[in-house]
Amino acid sequence: MTAAVHTPTSEPVRFWSRERKVGLAVTVAGVLAAFGFGALAGDQPASFTLADNTSGAAVSINGLLGAVLFGLLGAAAGAGLWLPGARRWFGALLAAGIVAVVGSFLCWQLSDSALNIMPLGQVAQGSMRFALPLIFGGLAGVLGERSGVINIAIEGQFISGAFAAAMVATLLASVWAGILAAAVGGLVIAALLAVLAIRYLVDQIVVGVVLIVFALGLTGFLFEQLMRQDPSRYNQPARVPTWEVGLLSDIPLLGPVLFRTNIFVYLALALVAAVHFGLFHTRWGLRTRAVGEHPTAADTVGVRVLGMRYRNVLVGGVLAGIGGATFTLEATTNFSKGMTAGLGFIALAAMIFGRWSPVGVLLAALFFGFCRALAIYLGTIGSPIPSQFLNMLPYLATIAAVAGLAGRVRAPAADGKPYVKG
Amino acid sequence: MTSDPAEPAPAEPAPSTPAPASGPAPDSARWGTRFLYHLWSANAFTVTALAIVLALLIGAVLIVVSDAEVRATYGYLFARPGDALTASWERISDAYATLFRGAVVDPGAIGRALDGTGSWAAVFGPSSETLTAAAPLVFTGLAFALAFRGGLFNIGVQGQTILGAIGAGLAGFLLPLPVLLHLVLALLAGGLAGAAWAFGPGILKARTGAHEVITTIMLNSVAAIFIGWVIIQSWALDQSRQGAISHPVDQSARLPRLFGWLDPGLRVHLGILVALAAVAGVAWLLNRSSVGFELRAVGLNPQAARVAGMSVTGTYVLVMVIAGGLAGLGGATVVLGTAYALTTLVAGSVGFDGILVGLLGRAKPWGVFAAALLFGALQAGGRAMQTGSGISLELVQVIQALIVIFVAAPALVKATFGLRAIRIGRISGVAARGW
Repeated sequence: MTAAVHTPTSEPVRFWSRERKVGLAVTVAGVLAAFGFGALAGDQPASFTLADNTSGAAVSINGLLGAVLFGLLGAAAGAGLWLPGARRWFGALLAAGIVAVVGSFLCWQLSDSALNIMPLGQVAQGSMRFALPLIFGGLAGVLGERSGVINIAIEGQFISGAFAAAMVATLLASVWAGILAAAVGGLVIAALLAVLAIRYLVDQIVVGVVLIVFALGLTGFLFEQLMRQDPSRYNQPARVPTWEVGLLSDIPLLGPVLFRTNIFVYLALALVAAVHFGLFHTRWGLRTRAVGEHPTAADTVGVRVLGMRYRNVLVGGVLAGIGGATFTLEATTNFSKGMTAGLGFIALAAMIFGRWSPVGVLLAALFFGFCRALAIYLGTIGSPIPSQFLNMLPYLATIAAVAGLAGRVRAPAADGKPYVKG
Repeated sequence: MTSDPAEPAPAEPAPSTPAPASGPAPDSARWGTRFLYHLWSANAFTVTALAIVLALLIGAVLIVVSDAEVRATYGYLFARPGDALTASWERISDAYATLFRGAVVDPGAIGRALDGTGSWAAVFGPSSETLTAAAPLVFTGLAFALAFRGGLFNIGVQGQTILGAIGAGLAGFLLPLPVLLHLVLALLAGGLAGAAWAFGPGILKARTGAHEVITTIMLNSVAAIFIGWVIIQSWALDQSRQGAISHPVDQSARLPRLFGWLDPGLRVHLGILVALAAVAGVAWLLNRSSVGFELRAVGLNPQAARVAGMSVTGTYVLVMVIAGGLAGLGGATVVLGTAYALTTLVAGSVGFDGILVGLLGRAKPWGVFAAALLFGALQAGGRAMQTGSGISLELVQVIQALIVIFVAAPALVKATFGLRAIRIGRISGVAARGW
């Protein structure tokens, strides 16, 4: 992408390594949080409960004390990144720093609002609910882009999946048929994307944008012509059932999020593990990555480049379509026009923010989901911060990530370039 | 504007025209034969026209499939095939006839105007609506096309349009200014807001190489959230009206209606003339100015441009700022020309449609203008079709997307109609590449 900067094998150690840059940023954020949030914090206590309501045992801390303490913790974590050997603990220290700064922020918010208590269980469940479609969509993006096909049309696959799920689940009175139909709905858009991008060599970003308009228009049209005329016949799917996993569902905080939930959550987590294993530990994964990084080399050793790309884009379409089903079978129980509301783009952001890796997608999706759940909760307790600004956070974080503010994110080398043999 | 009804006629190279025998056209052939021979090749004009025909055909299928009564006749297709075919044909022809009457002219209205029972305003109403819908699309189409020629994929047109709408709207109801000055400043505010919004992706691309597709997509979402915040602020929200809507734009800042003296219902406003000027300006900039030359050079081959001594990074920033300004003007046209107040969805899909317009116009200024007219006509006609024939407006969105798909994949159209191969004029500009 950028002018060919070849990293020589014996690169001199640069002073501003990634650890040090990020460490400085986290330290500054921590100090700012300690002073800024500390100064703003009220004298009320800030309480956190593990349950999904405000009753029950709570951990309380004085708002001012909490804000300063968490801020300093964050600064310490940032400083820790400057220690020799910090490279090994990069992820843990960064996570600790972020959590501490968020904690400082929450202490200020809670001590300064009408209700000084935050049920962490409720926020955790909200985060997972919002993250759910992003995980599916992000994985779809990873599959396509790791093999070299940009999939901007996740939004289109979401909406067609959501539509197909609602329609078929109502017609056949079965949510399972609905999920299957959603997969097919996503597959159709993915097939159009694959044929136009791989066979007809149309610019992949052009195809993606146009397919989004197409899918939104088509589902909107069919919604008006069919569903709105007779909702009970076409647009009243049931909700997917909740499955509990025995005793595990009684674990505080995590139990309800991970083990007392619906098939979509189980499926999403399983898929993250499966795609991660597949990409990095199987022959298919090696070939996929080869095709995405250097298709000519892959072709030379006998990998079918185009076949690989078709397969991955189509599988991605299936995943994104199932992600679309969460809109109509889990979050709500009816389809409405344009209901995906740009979440396909956040899924794209999650993929980029997660550095084109399945686990990264999961973490990014959870982070974005957390931002959204937090925005909603702070809105209900009358926080002075407009919820809009918290909702912007995922997008701004993604811009910061691609701009290389915290370590560069890099797309697969052949991402978006059609492969023509010869 | 009276020439409008005649315009679509030559745009229909009736697909029933028999394909001339392949092989080179003999020089001695009559002029007409040679014309047909060249017409039936995969040139830009034929491909575009056939793309429209194909899209309308698929739209017709959708109309039939989605209509319960017509669908019912297919239940006994083999017993009485005539029923199904008649019902389908009536439904389709009624829908498309309504679309035409709503977009171009209603022949019945001409007759009524001539014998004095109807008004001339009814005759010009449809074309007025078409031009009204086309005006913002010209700006957003240019915003995409200009960046595209400079090698940048400006998906952020939507966000820049929203910012333009905010800028123009705020200037329109917050500034107490005299008549002419107010309008000019409000338009300027819209353009500047859009330009500022596009500056970010431009400078990030130039400085850090952050791909503009990613940054502009993210900024689209930020803009959509931001306008929701602006509207509910106490200095913007109109308390006297239901829902989240801002104060109305002052009369002095509104784009005046061109034919308001004939009939106040003719909504076409000054915006379309400003748009025309913008097309001419961009055409001059691209094809005649040294800035345009550098811009195209950078778009075609940044490495070569850099070697030739041009500032690639500077060009990226400049291109994005100009494109953002154009998109901002598009948003301003919506607020000052038709909406007159800010709402969360005031920009609708004008920005996204602009991407399609830019692609359909092959990223050329006058092509963009023609494409915007087509989309404007489809949208004006689509609204008529929604009220007149009960076919929802989304059909138009599907048709627009299909047209662009076919135009972007000329090989598909060529194979479908068996066009003679020539050097295919692909959409020029950025070649397919990654981020």
